[in-house]
Amino acid sequence: MLRPNSYAGKLIVVEGIDGSGKSTQIDLLYKWLQAQGRSVFFSEWNSSDLVKSTTKLGKKQKMFTPTTFSLLQATDFAERWENLMLPMLKAGVIVLADRYAFTAFARDVARGVDAQWVRNLYSFAPQPDLVFYFRVPLDVAVERILSSRSKLKYYEAGMDLGLADNRVASFRLFQQRIINEYDRMVEEFGMTVIDGALPVQRQQKLIRQMVKKVLDGWQGLPNPRAPQKRARRHAARTAIPAPVGDGKGGPE
Amino acid sequence: MKKVEFYGAGFPYLKIKELPGRLIVLEGTDGVGRSTQIQLIRKWLEDEGFAVSDTGLRRSPLTQPGLDAAKTGHTLSRLTMNLFYATDFADRLENQIIPALKAGFYVLSDRYFYSIIARDTVRGADPEWARKLYGFALKPDLVIYLKCDVPHLIERMVHGRGFDYWESGMDVRSADNLYDSFVVYQTRLIEQFDRMAEEYGFVVVDATRSIEEVFQDLQREILKLEDV
Repeated sequence: MLRPNSYAGKLIVVEGIDGSGKSTQIDLLYKWLQAQGRSVFFSEWNSSDLVKSTTKLGKKQKMFTPTTFSLLQATDFAERWENLMLPMLKAGVIVLADRYAFTAFARDVARGVDAQWVRNLYSFAPQPDLVFYFRVPLDVAVERILSSRSKLKYYEAGMDLGLADNRVASFRLFQQRIINEYDRMVEEFGMTVIDGALPVQRQQKLIRQMVKKVLDGWQGLPNPRAPQKRARRHAARTAIPAPVGDGKGGPE
Repeated sequence: MKKVEFYGAGFPYLKIKELPGRLIVLEGTDGVGRSTQIQLIRKWLEDEGFAVSDTGLRRSPLTQPGLDAAKTGHTLSRLTMNLFYATDFADRLENQIIPALKAGFYVLSDRYFYSIIARDTVRGADPEWARKLYGFALKPDLVIYLKCDVPHLIERMVHGRGFDYWESGMDVRSADNLYDSFVVYQTRLIEQFDRMAEEYGFVVVDATRSIEEVFQDLQREILKLEDV
Protein backbone atom coordinates (compact mmCIF):
# COMPACT_ATOMS: atom_id res chain seq x y z
CA MET A 1 0.00 0.00 0.00
CA LEU A 2 1.29 3.40 -0.98
CA ARG A 3 -0.13 6.57 0.53
CA PRO A 4 -2.77 8.31 -1.62
CA ASN A 5 -1.85 11.19 -3.92
CA SER A 6 -2.77 14.30 -1.92
CA TYR A 7 -1.20 16.81 -4.31
CA ALA A 8 -2.97 19.22 -6.64
CA GLY A 9 -1.69 17.45 -9.77
CA LYS A 10 -2.50 14.07 -11.29
CA LEU A 11 -0.04 11.21 -11.54
CA ILE A 12 -0.36 8.68 -14.35
CA VAL A 13 2.06 5.81 -14.74
CA VAL A 14 2.78 3.13 -17.34
CA GLU A 15 4.34 -0.19 -16.37
CA GLY A 16 5.24 -3.45 -18.07
CA ILE A 17 8.23 -5.42 -19.30
CA ASP A 18 10.54 -4.18 -22.05
CA GLY A 19 8.80 -4.48 -25.41
CA SER A 20 5.29 -4.26 -23.97
CA GLY A 21 4.59 -1.05 -25.91
CA LYS A 22 4.15 1.22 -22.89
CA SER A 23 6.52 3.95 -24.10
CA THR A 24 4.67 4.27 -27.42
CA GLN A 25 1.39 4.65 -25.55
CA ILE A 26 2.60 7.22 -23.03
CA ASP A 27 4.09 9.27 -25.86
CA LEU A 28 0.70 9.37 -27.60
CA LEU A 29 -1.01 10.22 -24.33
CA TYR A 30 1.46 13.03 -23.67
CA LYS A 31 0.81 14.63 -27.06
CA TRP A 32 -2.93 14.24 -26.74
CA LEU A 33 -3.00 15.94 -23.32
CA GLN A 34 -0.81 18.75 -24.59
CA ALA A 35 -3.04 19.31 -27.59
CA GLN A 36 -5.91 19.76 -25.14
CA GLY A 37 -4.00 22.61 -23.51
CA ARG A 38 -3.16 20.69 -20.35
CA SER A 39 0.00 21.30 -18.33
CA VAL A 40 1.83 17.99 -18.65
CA PHE A 41 5.22 16.80 -17.45
CA PHE A 42 7.00 13.60 -18.43
CA SER A 43 9.65 11.67 -16.51
CA GLU A 44 11.41 8.46 -17.39
CA TRP A 45 12.90 5.67 -15.27
CA ASN A 46 16.64 5.83 -14.59
CA SER A 47 17.21 9.23 -16.15
CA SER A 48 18.65 11.32 -13.31
CA ASP A 49 21.88 13.06 -14.30
CA LEU A 50 23.17 12.84 -10.80
CA VAL A 51 23.27 9.09 -10.51
CA LYS A 52 24.22 8.52 -14.13
CA SER A 53 28.00 8.31 -13.61
CA THR A 54 27.61 5.75 -10.83
CA THR A 55 25.16 3.64 -12.86
CA LYS A 56 27.51 3.70 -15.82
CA LEU A 57 30.50 2.71 -13.72
CA GLY A 58 28.61 -0.10 -12.01
CA LYS A 59 27.27 -1.53 -15.26
CA LYS A 60 30.56 -1.34 -17.07
CA GLN A 61 32.52 -3.00 -14.30
CA LYS A 62 29.66 -5.39 -13.40
CA MET A 63 29.91 -4.19 -9.80
CA PHE A 64 26.22 -4.38 -8.94
CA THR A 65 24.57 -6.79 -6.58
CA PRO A 66 20.75 -7.01 -6.48
CA THR A 67 20.73 -4.79 -3.38
CA THR A 68 23.05 -2.07 -4.68
CA PHE A 69 21.26 -2.08 -8.03
CA SER A 70 17.96 -1.62 -6.25
CA LEU A 71 19.28 1.13 -3.98
CA LEU A 72 20.89 3.05 -6.81
CA GLN A 73 17.71 3.01 -8.87
CA ALA A 74 15.81 4.19 -5.80
CA THR A 75 18.35 7.03 -5.49
CA ASP A 76 17.71 7.92 -9.11
CA PHE A 77 13.97 7.87 -8.53
CA ALA A 78 14.24 9.93 -5.32
CA GLU A 79 16.27 12.57 -7.12
CA ARG A 80 13.68 12.85 -9.88
CA TRP A 81 10.89 12.72 -7.32
CA GLU A 82 12.23 15.53 -5.15
CA ASN A 83 13.44 17.80 -7.93
CA LEU A 84 11.00 17.16 -10.78
CA MET A 85 7.85 15.15 -10.12
CA LEU A 86 6.91 16.46 -6.65
CA PRO A 87 7.17 20.18 -7.53
CA MET A 88 5.13 19.53 -10.70
CA LEU A 89 2.44 17.66 -8.78
CA LYS A 90 2.26 20.43 -6.18
CA ALA A 91 1.88 22.95 -8.97
CA GLY A 92 -1.15 21.08 -10.32
CA VAL A 93 0.47 19.48 -13.37
CA ILE A 94 -0.35 16.10 -14.91
CA VAL A 95 2.79 14.05 -14.36
CA LEU A 96 3.30 11.11 -16.70
CA ALA A 97 5.88 8.55 -15.63
CA ASP A 98 7.34 5.87 -17.87
CA ARG A 99 7.91 3.32 -15.07
CA TYR A 100 7.47 4.04 -11.38
CA ALA A 101 8.10 2.29 -8.07
CA PHE A 102 6.34 -0.83 -9.43
CA THR A 103 9.24 -1.42 -11.80
CA ALA A 104 11.46 -1.78 -8.76
CA PHE A 105 8.91 -3.98 -7.01
CA ALA A 106 8.89 -6.28 -10.04
CA ARG A 107 12.53 -6.29 -11.14
CA ASP A 108 14.29 -6.11 -7.80
CA VAL A 109 12.17 -8.87 -6.34
CA ALA A 110 12.79 -10.92 -9.50
CA ARG A 111 16.50 -10.38 -8.73
CA GLY A 112 16.01 -11.74 -5.22
CA VAL A 113 15.63 -8.78 -2.86
CA ASP A 114 12.96 -8.88 -0.19
CA ALA A 115 9.52 -7.65 -1.38
CA GLN A 116 8.66 -5.77 1.82
CA TRP A 117 12.07 -4.14 2.00
CA VAL A 118 11.81 -2.65 -1.49
CA ARG A 119 8.24 -1.47 -0.79
CA ASN A 120 9.51 0.43 2.24
CA LEU A 121 12.24 2.03 0.12
CA TYR A 122 9.65 3.72 -2.07
CA SER A 123 7.13 4.52 0.66
CA PHE A 124 7.74 8.25 0.08
CA ALA A 125 6.10 7.90 -3.36
CA PRO A 126 2.30 8.24 -3.54
CA GLN A 127 -0.10 5.85 -5.23
CA PRO A 128 -0.69 7.20 -8.77
CA ASP A 129 -4.17 8.20 -9.92
CA LEU A 130 -3.84 5.65 -12.71
CA VAL A 131 -1.41 2.80 -13.33
CA PHE A 132 -1.56 1.16 -16.74
CA TYR A 133 0.04 -2.25 -16.82
CA PHE A 134 0.79 -3.42 -20.36
CA ARG A 135 0.52 -7.16 -20.39
CA VAL A 136 1.93 -9.03 -23.39
CA PRO A 137 2.85 -12.65 -23.95
CA LEU A 138 6.56 -13.13 -23.35
CA ASP A 139 7.16 -14.20 -26.96
CA VAL A 140 5.69 -10.98 -28.33
CA ALA A 141 7.86 -8.80 -26.09
CA VAL A 142 11.03 -10.77 -26.78
CA GLU A 143 10.39 -10.62 -30.52
CA ARG A 144 9.93 -6.82 -30.35
CA ILE A 145 13.12 -6.32 -28.31
CA LEU A 146 15.31 -8.61 -30.39
CA SER A 147 14.19 -7.13 -33.68
CA SER A 148 14.92 -3.59 -32.55
CA ARG A 149 18.45 -3.95 -31.20
CA SER A 150 21.57 -5.86 -32.00
CA LYS A 151 22.54 -7.20 -28.60
CA LEU A 152 20.98 -7.52 -25.17
CA LYS A 153 22.95 -5.81 -22.41
CA TYR A 154 24.30 -7.74 -19.42
CA TYR A 155 21.93 -6.48 -16.70
CA GLU A 156 19.01 -6.10 -19.09
CA ALA A 157 19.28 -9.82 -19.85
CA GLY A 158 19.53 -10.58 -16.13
CA MET A 159 22.91 -12.22 -16.67
CA ASP A 160 23.89 -11.30 -13.10
CA LEU A 161 21.40 -13.91 -11.88
CA GLY A 162 23.15 -16.80 -13.58
CA LEU A 163 19.87 -18.22 -14.92
CA ALA A 164 21.35 -19.26 -18.26
CA ASP A 165 24.63 -18.94 -20.14
CA ASN A 166 22.99 -17.53 -23.23
CA ARG A 167 21.75 -13.91 -23.12
CA VAL A 168 18.49 -14.53 -24.97
CA ALA A 169 17.65 -17.55 -22.82
CA SER A 170 18.53 -15.61 -19.67
CA PHE A 171 16.46 -12.63 -20.84
CA ARG A 172 13.40 -14.85 -21.32
CA LEU A 173 13.68 -16.41 -17.87
CA PHE A 174 14.29 -13.05 -16.22
CA GLN A 175 11.37 -11.35 -18.01
CA GLN A 176 9.06 -14.21 -17.04
CA ARG A 177 9.96 -13.67 -13.39
CA ILE A 178 9.18 -9.97 -13.79
CA ILE A 179 5.82 -10.74 -15.43
CA ASN A 180 4.96 -12.97 -12.46
CA GLU A 181 5.72 -10.11 -10.07
CA TYR A 182 3.62 -7.65 -12.10
CA ASP A 183 0.70 -10.07 -12.20
CA ARG A 184 0.86 -10.32 -8.42
CA MET A 185 0.72 -6.51 -8.15
CA VAL A 186 -2.39 -5.90 -10.27
CA GLU A 187 -4.67 -6.24 -7.29
CA GLU A 188 -2.26 -4.90 -4.67
CA PHE A 189 -1.96 -1.54 -6.44
CA GLY A 190 -5.17 -1.41 -8.45
CA MET A 191 -3.48 -1.50 -11.85
CA THR A 192 -5.46 -1.14 -15.05
CA VAL A 193 -4.41 -4.00 -17.31
CA ILE A 194 -4.02 -3.14 -21.00
CA ASP A 195 -3.62 -5.91 -23.52
CA GLY A 196 -0.33 -4.91 -25.15
CA ALA A 197 -0.99 -7.23 -28.09
CA LEU A 198 -3.95 -5.11 -29.29
CA PRO A 199 -3.45 -2.64 -32.15
CA VAL A 200 -1.78 0.58 -30.97
CA GLN A 201 -4.78 2.78 -31.78
CA ARG A 202 -7.18 0.49 -29.94
CA GLN A 203 -5.00 0.59 -26.81
CA GLN A 204 -4.72 4.36 -26.99
CA LYS A 205 -8.50 4.67 -27.18
CA LEU A 206 -8.93 2.66 -23.98
CA ILE A 207 -6.24 4.70 -22.25
CA ARG A 208 -7.79 8.03 -23.22
CA GLN A 209 -11.17 6.88 -21.94
CA MET A 210 -9.67 6.05 -18.55
CA VAL A 211 -7.68 9.28 -18.38
CA LYS A 212 -10.76 11.33 -19.27
CA LYS A 213 -12.58 9.80 -16.33
CA VAL A 214 -9.77 10.70 -13.95
CA LEU A 215 -9.58 14.28 -15.25
CA ASP A 216 -13.35 14.79 -15.27
CA GLY A 217 -14.24 17.88 -13.23
CA TRP A 218 -10.60 18.58 -12.41
CA GLN A 219 -8.97 21.84 -13.41
CA GLY A 220 -5.22 21.65 -12.86
CA LEU A 221 -2.65 24.32 -13.61
CA PRO A 222 -3.65 26.42 -16.62
CA ASN A 223 -1.23 26.40 -19.53
CA PRO A 224 -0.62 29.94 -20.81
CA ARG A 225 0.50 28.48 -24.12
CA ALA A 226 -2.66 26.46 -24.53
CA PRO A 227 -4.63 27.05 -27.73
CA GLN A 228 -7.74 29.21 -27.31
CA LYS A 229 -10.99 27.31 -26.88
CA ARG A 230 -12.44 28.28 -30.23
CA ALA A 231 -9.28 27.76 -32.18
CA ARG A 232 -8.39 24.50 -30.41
CA ARG A 233 -9.17 22.07 -33.16
CA HIS A 234 -7.15 24.02 -35.65
CA ALA A 235 -4.26 24.66 -33.26
CA ALA A 236 -4.07 21.06 -32.21
CA ARG A 237 -3.65 20.04 -35.80
CA THR A 238 -0.95 22.51 -36.70
CA ALA A 239 1.16 23.15 -33.65
CA ILE A 240 2.01 21.28 -30.51
CA PRO A 241 2.55 23.61 -27.56
CA ALA A 242 5.95 23.52 -25.86
CA PRO A 243 6.04 21.23 -22.84
CA VAL A 244 5.79 22.58 -19.34
CA GLY A 245 8.70 21.54 -17.17
CA ASP A 246 12.39 21.31 -17.77
CA GLY A 247 12.13 22.24 -21.40
CA LYS A 248 13.63 18.93 -22.46
CA GLY A 249 10.44 17.89 -24.14
CA GLY A 250 8.48 14.70 -23.94
CA PRO A 251 9.25 11.07 -24.47
CA GLU A 252 11.25 10.10 -27.51
CA MET B 1 30.39 -19.46 16.57
CA LYS B 2 27.76 -16.72 16.54
CA LYS B 3 24.77 -17.13 14.26
CA VAL B 4 24.70 -14.94 11.14
CA GLU B 5 21.97 -12.38 11.82
CA PHE B 6 20.66 -9.34 10.00
CA TYR B 7 18.52 -6.43 11.22
CA GLY B 8 15.88 -7.25 8.60
CA ALA B 9 15.72 -9.46 5.53
CA GLY B 10 19.47 -9.18 4.85
CA PHE B 11 20.50 -10.33 1.39
CA PRO B 12 18.00 -13.13 0.66
CA TYR B 13 19.83 -14.21 -2.52
CA LEU B 14 23.14 -14.73 -0.67
CA LYS B 15 23.32 -18.10 0.98
CA ILE B 16 25.59 -17.36 3.91
CA LYS B 17 26.05 -20.36 6.16
CA GLU B 18 28.71 -19.04 8.45
CA LEU B 19 31.03 -16.11 8.91
CA PRO B 20 34.08 -17.17 10.89
CA GLY B 21 35.43 -13.59 11.21
CA ARG B 22 34.34 -10.92 13.64
CA LEU B 23 32.77 -7.58 12.89
CA ILE B 24 33.64 -4.86 15.39
CA VAL B 25 32.16 -1.41 15.00
CA LEU B 26 33.34 1.81 16.64
CA GLU B 27 30.62 4.41 16.82
CA GLY B 28 30.41 7.91 18.19
CA THR B 29 30.19 11.50 17.04
CA ASP B 30 32.93 13.47 15.31
CA GLY B 31 36.19 13.81 17.19
CA VAL B 32 35.73 11.09 19.82
CA GLY B 33 38.90 9.32 18.71
CA ARG B 34 37.51 6.46 16.62
CA SER B 35 40.29 6.35 14.05
CA THR B 36 43.04 6.56 16.69
CA GLN B 37 41.53 3.60 18.54
CA ILE B 38 41.10 1.62 15.33
CA GLN B 39 44.78 2.00 14.57
CA LEU B 40 45.67 0.77 18.06
CA ILE B 41 43.29 -2.20 17.87
CA ARG B 42 44.55 -3.12 14.44
CA LYS B 43 48.17 -3.15 15.57
CA TRP B 44 47.33 -5.10 18.71
CA LEU B 45 45.32 -7.77 16.86
CA GLU B 46 47.93 -8.14 14.14
CA ASP B 47 50.63 -8.52 16.81
CA GLU B 48 48.46 -11.33 18.22
CA GLY B 49 48.45 -12.94 14.77
CA PHE B 50 44.95 -12.08 13.57
CA ALA B 51 44.16 -10.86 10.05
CA VAL B 52 42.52 -7.45 10.20
CA SER B 53 40.62 -5.39 7.66
CA ASP B 54 39.33 -1.91 8.32
CA THR B 55 36.62 0.05 6.62
CA GLY B 56 34.76 3.30 7.07
CA LEU B 57 31.84 5.23 5.66
CA ARG B 58 31.96 6.45 2.08
CA ARG B 59 34.83 4.40 0.75
CA SER B 60 33.05 2.24 -1.79
CA PRO B 61 34.63 2.23 -5.25
CA LEU B 62 31.13 2.09 -6.76
CA THR B 63 29.71 5.23 -5.20
CA GLN B 64 32.72 7.30 -4.15
CA PRO B 65 33.01 9.30 -7.41
CA GLY B 66 29.29 10.11 -7.47
CA LEU B 67 29.12 10.96 -3.77
CA ASP B 68 32.14 13.25 -3.93
CA ALA B 69 30.61 15.11 -6.86
CA ALA B 70 27.28 15.39 -5.06
CA LYS B 71 28.83 16.70 -1.86
CA THR B 72 30.76 19.47 -3.57
CA GLY B 73 27.79 20.51 -5.68
CA HIS B 74 25.23 20.57 -2.79
CA THR B 75 22.77 19.31 -5.40
CA LEU B 76 21.33 16.33 -3.53
CA SER B 77 18.21 16.62 -1.45
CA ARG B 78 17.94 14.74 1.81
CA LEU B 79 16.06 11.69 0.60
CA THR B 80 18.32 11.26 -2.40
CA MET B 81 21.42 11.59 -0.22
CA ASN B 82 20.08 9.02 2.27
CA LEU B 83 19.58 6.49 -0.50
CA PHE B 84 22.96 7.22 -2.03
CA TYR B 85 24.64 6.57 1.33
CA ALA B 86 22.66 3.38 1.71
CA THR B 87 23.88 2.24 -1.73
CA ASP B 88 27.43 2.89 -0.64
CA PHE B 89 26.93 1.05 2.64
CA ALA B 90 25.39 -1.99 0.94
CA ASP B 91 28.23 -2.11 -1.56
CA ARG B 92 30.86 -2.16 1.18
CA LEU B 93 28.93 -4.70 3.20
CA GLU B 94 28.49 -7.16 0.33
CA ASN B 95 31.78 -6.64 -1.46
CA GLN B 96 34.23 -5.92 1.37
CA ILE B 97 32.93 -6.72 4.84
CA ILE B 98 31.14 -10.03 4.22
CA PRO B 99 33.95 -11.50 2.06
CA ALA B 100 36.50 -10.52 4.74
CA LEU B 101 34.35 -12.13 7.44
CA LYS B 102 34.03 -15.27 5.31
CA ALA B 103 37.81 -15.40 5.16
CA GLY B 104 38.00 -15.20 8.96
CA PHE B 105 39.19 -11.61 9.27
CA TYR B 106 38.61 -9.24 12.11
CA VAL B 107 36.78 -6.39 10.41
CA LEU B 108 37.06 -3.05 12.18
CA SER B 109 34.46 -0.62 10.96
CA ASP B 110 34.87 3.08 11.64
CA ARG B 111 31.14 3.77 12.10
CA TYR B 112 28.26 1.73 10.70
CA PHE B 113 24.75 2.58 9.56
CA TYR B 114 23.90 3.91 13.05
CA SER B 115 25.86 7.08 12.30
CA ILE B 116 23.99 7.54 9.04
CA ILE B 117 20.64 7.18 10.80
CA ALA B 118 21.71 9.60 13.54
CA ARG B 119 22.72 12.24 11.00
CA ASP B 120 19.57 11.72 8.93
CA THR B 121 17.27 11.84 11.96
CA VAL B 122 18.82 15.10 13.14
CA ARG B 123 18.07 16.44 9.67
CA GLY B 124 14.41 15.46 9.92
CA ALA B 125 14.31 12.04 8.24
CA ASP B 126 11.70 9.51 9.31
CA PRO B 127 13.58 7.28 11.80
CA GLU B 128 11.35 4.27 11.09
CA TRP B 129 11.90 4.43 7.34
CA ALA B 130 15.67 4.61 7.82
CA ARG B 131 15.74 1.63 10.19
CA LYS B 132 13.83 -0.52 7.69
CA LEU B 133 16.06 0.72 4.88
CA TYR B 134 19.07 -0.78 6.68
CA GLY B 135 17.30 -4.11 7.11
CA PHE B 136 20.02 -5.61 4.91
CA ALA B 137 22.68 -4.79 7.52
CA LEU B 138 24.55 -7.57 9.26
CA LYS B 139 24.44 -7.49 13.07
CA PRO B 140 27.99 -6.83 14.29
CA ASP B 141 29.63 -9.02 16.93
CA LEU B 142 30.41 -5.93 18.96
CA VAL B 143 29.45 -2.26 18.72
CA ILE B 144 31.45 0.08 20.90
CA TYR B 145 30.05 3.55 21.42
CA LEU B 146 32.76 6.04 22.29
CA LYS B 147 30.78 8.49 24.33
CA CYS B 148 32.03 12.01 24.80
CA ASP B 149 30.24 15.16 25.99
CA VAL B 150 30.19 18.43 24.08
CA PRO B 151 32.69 20.35 26.31
CA HIS B 152 35.31 17.62 25.75
CA LEU B 153 34.55 17.55 22.01
CA ILE B 154 35.11 21.31 21.83
CA GLU B 155 38.48 20.96 23.58
CA ARG B 156 39.49 18.40 20.98
CA MET B 157 38.29 20.46 18.05
CA VAL B 158 40.11 23.58 19.26
CA HIS B 159 43.36 21.70 19.87
CA GLY B 160 42.92 19.42 16.91
CA ARG B 161 41.59 19.90 13.42
CA GLY B 162 39.38 22.93 14.09
CA PHE B 163 35.66 23.38 13.38
CA ASP B 164 34.44 21.98 10.08
CA TYR B 165 31.32 22.90 8.07
CA TRP B 166 29.81 19.38 8.06
CA GLU B 167 30.85 18.37 11.58
CA SER B 168 29.24 21.56 12.83
CA GLY B 169 26.06 20.71 10.94
CA MET B 170 26.05 24.12 9.26
CA ASP B 171 23.71 22.76 6.58
CA VAL B 172 21.02 22.33 9.26
CA ARG B 173 21.18 26.11 9.87
CA SER B 174 20.51 25.99 13.59
CA ALA B 175 23.00 28.85 14.13
CA ASP B 176 24.88 31.34 11.99
CA ASN B 177 28.40 30.48 13.15
CA LEU B 178 30.47 27.31 13.41
CA TYR B 179 30.83 27.29 17.19
CA ASP B 180 27.15 27.64 18.13
CA SER B 181 26.13 25.35 15.33
CA PHE B 182 28.65 22.73 16.49
CA VAL B 183 27.22 22.79 20.02
CA VAL B 184 23.61 22.40 18.88
CA TYR B 185 24.36 19.80 16.22
CA GLN B 186 26.65 17.59 18.31
CA THR B 187 24.23 17.72 21.26
CA ARG B 188 21.47 16.43 19.00
CA LEU B 189 23.72 13.72 17.56
CA ILE B 190 24.69 12.54 21.04
CA GLU B 191 20.98 12.28 21.91
CA GLN B 192 20.47 10.02 18.91
CA PHE B 193 23.47 7.85 19.82
CA ASP B 194 22.30 7.52 23.41
CA ARG B 195 18.91 6.37 22.18
CA MET B 196 20.45 3.84 19.79
CA ALA B 197 22.87 2.59 22.45
CA GLU B 198 19.86 1.19 24.25
CA GLU B 199 17.97 0.08 21.15
CA TYR B 200 20.88 -1.79 19.56
CA GLY B 201 22.80 -2.76 22.67
CA PHE B 202 26.00 -0.78 22.19
CA VAL B 203 28.80 -1.20 24.69
CA VAL B 204 29.27 2.34 26.01
CA VAL B 205 32.84 3.42 26.69
CA ASP B 206 33.67 6.76 28.31
CA ALA B 207 35.78 8.50 25.68
CA THR B 208 36.59 11.60 27.74
CA ARG B 209 39.52 9.73 29.29
CA SER B 210 43.04 9.24 27.93
CA ILE B 211 43.70 7.28 24.75
CA GLU B 212 45.43 4.58 26.76
CA GLU B 213 42.55 4.15 29.23
CA VAL B 214 39.98 3.95 26.46
CA PHE B 215 42.10 1.44 24.57
CA GLN B 216 42.33 -0.82 27.64
CA ASP B 217 38.52 -0.89 27.83
CA LEU B 218 38.28 -1.77 24.16
CA GLN B 219 40.81 -4.58 24.53
CA ARG B 220 38.81 -6.00 27.42
CA GLU B 221 35.59 -5.97 25.39
CA ILE B 222 37.24 -7.60 22.38
CA LEU B 223 38.83 -10.30 24.53
CA LYS B 224 35.38 -11.18 25.82
CA LEU B 225 34.46 -12.23 22.25
CA GLU B 226 37.28 -14.75 22.23
CA ASP B 227 36.11 -16.34 25.50
CA VAL B 228 32.77 -17.32 23.97
